[in-house]
Amino acid sequence: MAPTISKQDVAHVARLARLALSEEELELYTTQLASVLGHARDIEALDIADVPPTAHPFPLSNVLREDEPRPCLDRDEVLAAAPEVESARFRIPRILSEAP
Amino acid sequence: MSSEAWGEAWETVIGLEVHCELRTATKLFCGCPNSFGDEPNVNVCPVCLGLPGSLPVLNKQAVELALRIGAALHSRAQSSIFHRKNYFYPDMPKDYQISQYDVPINAGGWLELPSGKQVGIVRAHIEEDTGKTTHIGGGGRIHEAGYSLVDYNRAGVPLVEIVSAPDISSAEEAREYVEELRGILVATGASDGKMEEGSLRVDCNVSVRPAGSEELGTRCEIKNMNSLRSLGRAIAYEAARQVEVRAGGGEVQQETRHWDESEGRTHSMRSKEEAFDYRYFPEPDLVTLSPSEDWVATVRANLGVLPAERRRRVAKAARVPASSEPVSTVVRLGLDGFVAAAVEAEADAGLALRRLANEVAGELGDDGGHHLGREEFARLVSMEERGELTSAQARSVLKIMVAEGGGPEEVAGRLGFEAMGAGALEAVVEDVVVANPREWGRYAAGDDKLAGFFIGKVKAATGGNADLRAASELLRRRRAGQ
Repeated sequence: MAPTISKQDVAHVARLARLALSEEELELYTTQLASVLGHARDIEALDIADVPPTAHPFPLSNVLREDEPRPCLDRDEVLAAAPEVESARFRIPRILSEAP
Repeated sequence: MSSEAWGEAWETVIGLEVHCELRTATKLFCGCPNSFGDEPNVNVCPVCLGLPGSLPVLNKQAVELALRIGAALHSRAQSSIFHRKNYFYPDMPKDYQISQYDVPINAGGWLELPSGKQVGIVRAHIEEDTGKTTHIGGGGRIHEAGYSLVDYNRAGVPLVEIVSAPDISSAEEAREYVEELRGILVATGASDGKMEEGSLRVDCNVSVRPAGSEELGTRCEIKNMNSLRSLGRAIAYEAARQVEVRAGGGEVQQETRHWDESEGRTHSMRSKEEAFDYRYFPEPDLVTLSPSEDWVATVRANLGVLPAERRRRVAKAARVPASSEPVSTVVRLGLDGFVAAAVEAEADAGLALRRLANEVAGELGDDGGHHLGREEFARLVSMEERGELTSAQARSVLKIMVAEGGGPEEVAGRLGFEAMGAGALEAVVEDVVVANPREWGRYAAGDDKLAGFFIGKVKAATGGNADLRAASELLRRRRAGQ
């Protein structure tokens, strides 16, 4: 069976997730993820044409709340957790690009 | 942009993505107030700050408003799910945005422009808004800024994103689409429609193709247009840029471009190797959203009257086409009740429509405010119709009624616009005829050009207060010996 995932795929996904992996970790995770994906491939052997996709493991839908305000956090408490604060806002380092 | 500028060689293909903030009391997934203009970071909680262990719970009213938008756009409401759109950016503290991906709540549909053209709707889905970043230093530009500040009051505010089909073919049509959509969003109560406060934000996809061709060219997405005016300018600039690239034998790169209002141009936002991969996956903390048929039917039944129907009603009353300019102006400005009032008072609805689309529309404040009463307006129209006021006088009276209120009789009196009786006008006409015997001789001999001469004299003699149509009639009758 062809490998289900390449080392390049793993490196790409790791970069997207901002994970710095060593060469050894890359090898290890590629093997492990290939095994997980191989397991999922077993499903391909089944005829699932009539089975609707599972959106959620719980048999629940429409969990909704009324549009009623609830108390927010105390701002001083919130900002106390920030590394840097200015004008009651979170001060963050220079951003290198526009929002996606 | 019209294709004329390029000698019929190219046409523009435009699709719009409009983000609309919903008018709910609370955010999409938590009970923090959805409120514009508050002190920074007062409307935040563990959910919208993305603190570990917090869980989102969907706001029922946001779903209701999304369904109303879908119903107004003739979309199909369907069972839908939420996805996580993953990206690292400080405007979203969770490092993902909860949105709808392959199965949106509203699918398909169309919107009818005032011209009668239908623009296809691809989808209208629910998602959450992001926080607001302010760039400090470097004139507020992101690339030159020293650092940024973030306010999370807006993070988690409910949005509906409405995606059009690439059916729009000019900057002007794009503006019409946004205005029409804005009217629908306000009419359904889904949004306050305030573009200047960011309640309505528009991104557009622009491509060009040889005129008459069916191809869909490589498109660019344009962001950062803060008004209808900048939307029009950005589309015109971008279409011209793409034509220049292609006419020069080059290829348009698919990319996101940023509109710079002060420079009047778009520029590339990021390099290609940074192409985004959002790793969408189903949001495990939320279950399927499957509105019942009853709910959808109730929403449809209570939708109220939308702008297209209002245009039809006004057009019918005034006996003009629904696609005519005055009709769309009056409906867009919410003045159609005045046409109805004129009809009710048996005044000339066509005249009422013209006065509303011209004088009243021109005198409205920036916020659309005015002091004009409906019955008073209808009485003014009747007075003009009966010749008790000339059109010039009626226009002057109307401007004052719009700015200050009051009834037409009182305002006309204040301005010294006494109704000039038929006898008084006849006397004035007689005076000018007697004073200009040579001109009268030529007019009497059949030279109709001289009518204008006498009308001018009547106008001067009465200080513009005469009903000039009546004066013309008097001249004709005097010549005919009646």
